[in-house]
Amino acid sequence: MRTVHRIDADGVPSQRPHGDVDRAHGNGLVATGLRHAYGYLTVLDLDTFTVAPGDRHAVIGPNGAGKSTLLNLLAGATRAQSGAITYNGQTITRRQAAWRARAGIGRTFQHPSVYPDLTVLDCVRMGGWHHRRHPERTPLEVLDLVGLIDHADVLSATLPHGHRRMLDLAVALAGQPRLLLLDEPAAGLTDAETTRLLDILDGLPSWMAVVLVEHHMDVVAALATWITVLHHGRRLTDGPADRVRADPAVAALYLGPGGDDAAGQ
Amino acid sequence: MRVDAYLIPVVDGVAYGLLLAIAAAGLTVAFGAGGVLNLAHGTLIAAGGYIAAATSSGTWPSLAAAVALAAIAGAAGGGVLAAATAGLRGRGHLDQALLTFGVALIGGDLLTTVYGPDTLRPRLPATLEGTVEAAGHRYPVDRLAVLVIAVLVVAAGYVVLHRTRAGRLIRATVDDRAMVAGIGVNPRLVDAAVLMCAGALAGLAGALSTPILGVGPGTADTALLLSLIIVVCGGLGSVPGALAAALAVGVVQTLGVTSFPQLAPYLLVGAMTVVLLVRRRSLPGQAAA
Amino acid sequence: MSRQAGRGVAEALTTWHRSGSTWVALGVAAAAVGVVALSADAYLHATAARMLPLALLAVSVAVVTGHAGLPTLGQVAPYAAGAYTTARLALAGVEQAAVHLLTAAVAGAVLAGLLGVVLIRYRGTVFLMLSLGVAELTAITAAQWRQVSGGTDGLAGIPAVRLAPGLPPLVADRAVLLYAAAVALCATVGAVILLGGERRMLLSAVRGNEARARASGHRVTAYLWAVHTGAGAIAGIGGALLIHTHRWITPADVGFATAALALLAVVIGGAASLPGAAAGAIAVLAVRDVIAVWLPGHAPLLLGALFVAAVYLLPGGLTALSARLRPPTPSRRPNHVAHASGSPARPTARSTP
Repeated sequence: MRTVHRIDADGVPSQRPHGDVDRAHGNGLVATGLRHAYGYLTVLDLDTFTVAPGDRHAVIGPNGAGKSTLLNLLAGATRAQSGAITYNGQTITRRQAAWRARAGIGRTFQHPSVYPDLTVLDCVRMGGWHHRRHPERTPLEVLDLVGLIDHADVLSATLPHGHRRMLDLAVALAGQPRLLLLDEPAAGLTDAETTRLLDILDGLPSWMAVVLVEHHMDVVAALATWITVLHHGRRLTDGPADRVRADPAVAALYLGPGGDDAAGQ
Repeated sequence: MRVDAYLIPVVDGVAYGLLLAIAAAGLTVAFGAGGVLNLAHGTLIAAGGYIAAATSSGTWPSLAAAVALAAIAGAAGGGVLAAATAGLRGRGHLDQALLTFGVALIGGDLLTTVYGPDTLRPRLPATLEGTVEAAGHRYPVDRLAVLVIAVLVVAAGYVVLHRTRAGRLIRATVDDRAMVAGIGVNPRLVDAAVLMCAGALAGLAGALSTPILGVGPGTADTALLLSLIIVVCGGLGSVPGALAAALAVGVVQTLGVTSFPQLAPYLLVGAMTVVLLVRRRSLPGQAAA
Repeated sequence: MSRQAGRGVAEALTTWHRSGSTWVALGVAAAAVGVVALSADAYLHATAARMLPLALLAVSVAVVTGHAGLPTLGQVAPYAAGAYTTARLALAGVEQAAVHLLTAAVAGAVLAGLLGVVLIRYRGTVFLMLSLGVAELTAITAAQWRQVSGGTDGLAGIPAVRLAPGLPPLVADRAVLLYAAAVALCATVGAVILLGGERRMLLSAVRGNEARARASGHRVTAYLWAVHTGAGAIAGIGGALLIHTHRWITPADVGFATAALALLAVVIGGAASLPGAAAGAIAVLAVRDVIAVWLPGHAPLLLGALFVAAVYLLPGGLTALSARLRPPTPSRRPNHVAHASGSPARPTARSTP
């Protein structure tokens, strides 16, 4: 049995098997020594974080654990203050977000607004801009996948929240990512929409790696094969999904005094 | 080359820098706290200068009245701007900036209409027109007086900003608007107060600088440009940053004008460009990386 | 002005901004030039021709402000570059229009490109602030660089332009008007075409949500820099027209009032619509010339008043640009939203930790 770590423990070694780490070094993403602080407040301090091809890697933790910061660092929206990120065997630490996106790292946003002045269809065309000559799926097919085909000509600003989230996902998928970073994709969705989201994510090709930041434990349970738990910017624990979910320390983090109610999100 | 030759310009530069700090402090706080880019700031400075030049008639009471009137007029101008921009809430900062730009054009025109196209200087009491000798250097009394007053104003400003509730509120608004709203203070009131104080400081700066620089049709533009350079170099919203930048600008400008007058404006703009290009921390209004 | 009337004007302007069929507007502009040219009044010809350089400057400002979403006062810099380059060429004995226009466009583009390297990193009011610095610096440079600009006296007696070697110089007012109008129209049409179609969509997306565009692999900075540089070329051509129509130049021609006027024209004409901006410039100039007759020397007062009025009267002002800028959408476009909140994603606020 693994030990249960104190909540404010120093970062513990990752439990990832060597095979996964090797694959991540080859065709996946490896971040080492990522550290990010705002002034004196360290929001992320993570020794390693690996994503192998085909991973369904969930990052969970209470609010302020550094999940979104991690995602922004991986996507390039924020420049890492220290640490290194390699992707597909090359160092991308100092690469801009746009470069990373063209290299195959797609993402969705916690607050999806997409492009308010464009129609739904044009938003997706913008997402797949760099593959417009030879798309795997046409924009209309992507819209069909996320269930927005009937709204193709509507201005995206007029969409309700749930549809906007789906559109954000469609824009990310149109970019044909090999690594997809999802920032709370189920937040604010109805049950029916969540089911639809799970269907879509379930149908993603097996070579595509997915990093999922999520509060909604049902979504994590349905999708993730590997879970990293962050707390105060550090890894509390990580491991195969079922084992982490059964970990009493993780449960305490969410349900114990001071923790957020995970299911309430 | 003797160091002494540069001593007087450096002292002048520090005095000028302190004046610029007084002028720019209000601008930077208004921008940091409420996002209001006040392009009429230079016009308020010029207005203060004109009023001071017209009021001071060579007696001490008239000089005091001149400084007080300039500050009051500046505050009134700031109040007008606060009222005018408050009407544009919810429209975004760009419209506010354009509005203040229009006000600046109108104000500039009115000032030249009232005070004429010539450069004016106030008449000062005879004591101030002389020079004093200190450590082997002769130095004009009026400049020394301006230097002393500027130091006092900057010190007072520091105390107000750091030791009083109002000052803390202003600094809190710069740091976190939502938090100020959370403790039951309307940040818009803070904005309006800041604009009025900034106007008063601008008028004061204008009044203090007229004995040395005079005031003319170009004053508003120059003052605005220098203030903007200071605000940008100082980090947009930071008062200590603005003070440091103002001192640097004052010294560079004074030394530059005495040494290579043609290049002085480019020295400053060049410095600003370097600051803009090398600064790692993102500024408000900067695109994400 | 009564409230009612104010609202009427506002609605009329909004309708104009939104209906903005660019090609119709360009056709109307061409027809208007034709009508003016047909009249026998040489003074009218000269007056109209001398408005066109500023109209082209306004088009350039509209490209940067409306399409790149960067409110600017700084396009007066490439305008000045184009003007002084042309003046120097003409004084050196090079008189062909094509050479002038090409050189001026390149000079404007190069200067705007260099300025863009610094400016493009900023947005919103900070961009406006920095561009104001550029405008001030342009005026200072024009006054100080005597070898090129002739100092505050400016340059006079610039030879008239020739359409081709061997052809007589363009001195007749009507000919100058037709030439200037042709150049201005061609430049505007070129800009409209270049900013149409997919590019319009790209820029609209970038203005709407820059972070999303970057996350989809779009080189946002490169797009905006290219637009800024191209707008510099248009401003440079405007500068060449300034020399061709006036044949003298003083620093005041490229001064702060000119920068302000161009931005005002864009605010009035609707930032998205390039012909609108040109029409706005001509309208402002016409009003200024009329006012100057009975209130001489008060151009800034008028400009300022127009600025204040435009900001208050135009619903949403520049901030609601996105509402006026939406690319034409095929069907089911709900009319009532076209006017709703500008763009929630526009990053005007600072980045909070």
